[in-house]
Amino acid sequence: MSMTMTVTKFVRLAAFSLSLAATPTMAQDLVVGLSAEPSSLDPHFHNLAPNNQLSAHIFGHLVMRAADQTLIPGLAESWRVVDPLTWEFKLRKGVTFHDGTPFTVDDVIATFERVPNVPRSPSNFSSYTRGRQITKIDDHTMRITTGVPSPLLPNDFTAVAIIPKGVKDATTEDFNARKTTNGTGPYRILDYVQGDRIVLERNDAWWGPKPHYKKVTLRVIRSEPSRVAALLAGDVDVIEAVPTTDVARLKADQRLSVFEATGSRLIYFKMEMHRSPAPFVTAKDGSRIDNPLLDRRVRLALSKAINREAIAARIMDGAARPAGQFVPDFIFGASPNLKAERFDLEGARRLLAEAGYPNGFKMTIFGPNGRYVNDTKVIEAIAQMYTRAGVDTSIETLPPANFFSRASQGADGWPEFGMYLTGWGSSTGEGSDPLRNIAASFDAANGFGQSNRSRYSNPKVDELLKKAIATMDDTERAKLLAETNDVAFADQAIIPIHYQVNIWAAKKGITVIPRVDEWTLLTGISKQ
Amino acid sequence: MLAFILRRLGQALLVIGAMVVIVFFGVNVIGDPVWMLISPEMDQNAIEATKVALGLDKSIWEQFLYFIWGAAQGDMGRSFVHGEPAIKLILSRMPATMELALVALLMAVFIGLPLGVYAGLKPDSRISKSIMAISILGFSLPTFWVGLMLIMFFSVMLGWLPATGRGDVVRVFGIETSLFSWNGWTYIALPALNLALLKISLVIRLARAGVREAALMDYVKFARAKGLSQTRIVGVHILKNIMIPIVTVLGLEFGSLVAFSVVTETIFAWPGMGKLLLEAIQRLDRPVIVAYVMVVVVLFVAINLVVDVMYSILDPRVRLTEARA
Repeated sequence: MSMTMTVTKFVRLAAFSLSLAATPTMAQDLVVGLSAEPSSLDPHFHNLAPNNQLSAHIFGHLVMRAADQTLIPGLAESWRVVDPLTWEFKLRKGVTFHDGTPFTVDDVIATFERVPNVPRSPSNFSSYTRGRQITKIDDHTMRITTGVPSPLLPNDFTAVAIIPKGVKDATTEDFNARKTTNGTGPYRILDYVQGDRIVLERNDAWWGPKPHYKKVTLRVIRSEPSRVAALLAGDVDVIEAVPTTDVARLKADQRLSVFEATGSRLIYFKMEMHRSPAPFVTAKDGSRIDNPLLDRRVRLALSKAINREAIAARIMDGAARPAGQFVPDFIFGASPNLKAERFDLEGARRLLAEAGYPNGFKMTIFGPNGRYVNDTKVIEAIAQMYTRAGVDTSIETLPPANFFSRASQGADGWPEFGMYLTGWGSSTGEGSDPLRNIAASFDAANGFGQSNRSRYSNPKVDELLKKAIATMDDTERAKLLAETNDVAFADQAIIPIHYQVNIWAAKKGITVIPRVDEWTLLTGISKQ
Repeated sequence: MLAFILRRLGQALLVIGAMVVIVFFGVNVIGDPVWMLISPEMDQNAIEATKVALGLDKSIWEQFLYFIWGAAQGDMGRSFVHGEPAIKLILSRMPATMELALVALLMAVFIGLPLGVYAGLKPDSRISKSIMAISILGFSLPTFWVGLMLIMFFSVMLGWLPATGRGDVVRVFGIETSLFSWNGWTYIALPALNLALLKISLVIRLARAGVREAALMDYVKFARAKGLSQTRIVGVHILKNIMIPIVTVLGLEFGSLVAFSVVTETIFAWPGMGKLLLEAIQRLDRPVIVAYVMVVVVLFVAINLVVDVMYSILDPRVRLTEARA
């Protein structure tokens, strides 16, 4: 008896002292649970979303993207087209780096010199700077000449973080050791424990509106249930990439708020449109057949057979919007004519019969496991829908590391899969990027059709796209891009499924501006 | 003794060599790391530049020779993802994993041993039966599930302990540790318990079996006949005799605690080597995977060696030369 008393007392005491130990956070402190970690503090080392997101806080860019991906002035106050091969940028005056040195054109020039020369960079930023010559007019005016008309130059500049000229020769290790992490951004870095946390402090000298939080700790919690638990336990104030299964529960919780935005990441199917027979596509008895995916009617049937509303509602728990083209309709270059294909099982069967497959055929569809939200579940659901429409479909999902390598190059050097699920998030924040990489004919040497593993090719698409990306006038370019989309989707170049919805959750009272590009920006987090 | 240690080191080198070859070529079979590193919109020139920058443009045999050449000079290669020396990355994460494993080991001893001894002394009592039943759960429940349940119960429902992460660290003798602050202990408690659960069950079973066997021995009967107190019989005579197998097993289990804390570290976002390994595997960061395997092999060999040597000191009947097999 006395033993149990002591134990209970001890537990109470422990609980009491622990509740004291949990230091109350200051009103201006914030802890954010991130889903992925930057691989380095060097802003020019690795072109990876978590790295770029951090760079935006510390270093700053000439041009920035608003939450809806429209371009807004950053370190550049304004920009204009002088002639099709020349841009002029006016830089913001009175901006200083964290150490107090003033920001001028020289820093931009130094940045452009460093970008292509970062040793051992796993993916560098040189495609944004190559072929672009900067001429200094005065300390805050520069002209950029380009070899070819480059209407997307301001978009490209949203990806290049500006460093002071003094650290042009700094190594990646120097940045990781926080010796040279000196930028103009709204936050400066206080501490960096690789694999654990990044501590930031507000830069009160920043040119923009003062962010609400003074000290911010970014904690990396990759495991989804742990990230949600950390929020529920009060360890963190905000989490990003909320798993879809928990959204309803978090919304119902009075202590929390949930923020959502339709993202620009499209989940879609690619189909072999080059070879016959197609890999992993056979007749129902397993015998060889000519590639049915070459027939537009078959591709349309496979699109009609997908119940996108059901997938969005049940598999994605509402965190998806049915898609009808590469980018959602509010993004620059989207076509107003393209809507998500309606679910029409009878129509799908009829089209298959018309194309000469009244009894359907048999195929295996592939996809990554764990790269996109609920990817495996989505593929499973669609395989069942296809089987109902008469195409016996089995699935195989692979770890991303294995999947992307085989999807690009199988044992024979060709893309290995006949039909597979993948995703694309427009990195430029506008519509030409997916068209150029996925819909344009494969021409890797010139940077077209880089990810066009199905080898879809329509000269009309290539012609319209090339014309569009050389058109300096925004209205005209948007129209041309929309037209390119119309042509590509009349061909059923891909089967779009949905756009992912980006979700954040926070303690009540904290507001998060949800972003189309999945970034968590501290300048968009505030307290009412 | 010296000959024994030298022979052991020779064996260790062989094992390391074999593991490196297997892992180096094994990772290559999984996929091409380039596809995990580049961003998809890069053009072909940039992709080629990445390959050249990381040495991936060469054949796998050439890459292997370069690696061996570097390793012979003490350079284990640089992480593809972080650009830093792989060994440096692993060593910087090691203290976190070590302290987690150490606390888990202590938990195994200080929770498992008393429970096991009790169950051995009173095998038919209801409490003993409950202890044994719970130890079966400890063996059979998956670590990730138990980890999540611990977080749900202690962090989310009761709000006593933080759910994830590592607490404030203090520098002691040049090593960063969170074991010297109360805050640090609140963070380490749950992951260490999660990691220890299986070992606690193991110690309970070993201790129970040992006690049941020892309690029937003549020296225990003699001690009892001599009129020694129960405390002294259990605390000195029985415990001393059951400790040898427990120490041996725990010594070896410590290695596995360090090497395979991957699941626990991921769930509790513990910034240790296990989490680093998992991320390296997902991104095909071969230099880190290879270096990790080397570190773990060295660790296992060292622990084995220490256990063998300790064993010969503890039990004079054991001669080291016999341990050749």
